[in-house]
Amino acid sequence: MASAPRIDASPADWPDALHARLRAADVTQASYVPDAGHTRLINLLHADPAVTATVLTTEEEGIALAAGTWLGGARSVVLMQSSGVGNCINMLSLPVIARFPLLMLVTMRGEWAEFNPWQVPMGAATVAALQAIGVRTYHVDAPEDLLETVSAAAIEAFDGDQQIAIPIGQRMLEVKKW
Amino acid sequence: MVATLDRRAAVAALLRDHGAVLVVTGLGSPSYDVHAQGDHDGNYYLWGAMGSAALVGLGIAQARPARTVLVITGDGEQLMGLGGLATIAVAAPKNLVIAIIDNGHFGETGMQPRHTGLGIALDRVAAAHGFITSRANDMAGVEAIRSAVHAPGAGPQLHVIKVRAENLPRSLPPRDAVHIKNRFRRHLGFAPA
Repeated sequence: MASAPRIDASPADWPDALHARLRAADVTQASYVPDAGHTRLINLLHADPAVTATVLTTEEEGIALAAGTWLGGARSVVLMQSSGVGNCINMLSLPVIARFPLLMLVTMRGEWAEFNPWQVPMGAATVAALQAIGVRTYHVDAPEDLLETVSAAAIEAFDGDQQIAIPIGQRMLEVKKW
Repeated sequence: MVATLDRRAAVAALLRDHGAVLVVTGLGSPSYDVHAQGDHDGNYYLWGAMGSAALVGLGIAQARPARTVLVITGDGEQLMGLGGLATIAVAAPKNLVIAIIDNGHFGETGMQPRHTGLGIALDRVAAAHGFITSRANDMAGVEAIRSAVHAPGAGPQLHVIKVRAENLPRSLPPRDAVHIKNRFRRHLGFAPA
């Protein structure tokens, strides 16, 4: 018996749906160190007049920025690549100890068809590092899971003062061409 | 040139009648200096997360563009978040003022000299990023910074206040980070989760 055809959300369109989910959760602030997997979402956030998008020099700035955003009465998302999680560890003390809502979208490197072995150590440590400091993770590998997970995580973060990271598997991202 | 300003007197002058200005303090002595002038619901005190103060201030400034946000932090705390100056310069908030209480030393850990005591001038670093800057060596300079806080300019400001290196009696703000967070938000009219 042939297996059922795989149902793909159009791969090119998931960032658009993700942007809509974030806006539906009343996210008006975003910060990022770019990753190829976040390119379209970053462009959509910059193009949205209701969103303030802030480019960072290092990912830990985004953790501090998100805390300030909440103090000021707004909601934010922080975008980064898995290597950036390593830059955030001590800064994550702030949302963990103060119970600041935190929603991180982390595109994974160092896994699924990774060409560059230098990405592997931090990629392999990303989830363990987040959990060690007290951030919960919901790993996703398919666009439909990502969308549902973002909406659920936004409720946990902004209504429940939780710190949530969503690692997005390299399998669902376009593998970098060399 | 040996700095002679008393940090408590400088911070007291900076905060005099600060009204609706929201205040974020970097960990260590700047938090004690601000607390010594009187606790306030509009103060957010950091007890850790070194390097975060200016970025926490940016987040508040972006979310509340009609309010002035004053970050009072140490030179070492800002040195740990030096890249954040580039982020703030590009974000270009007009309502964010950073005041660096600069003693040129690691005051909490045994007064080891650090970069700011060894030739690095944070106001010049910030000026290269496009900040409106000044450096105060006396109380007249501090008064000028206070005036600038209350008359926001065309972009973000960073002012350095050179102070005597000394550890004064600590004035400890609350360490309950959730309490301080919720108190600050309630001050702005937001309910806790």
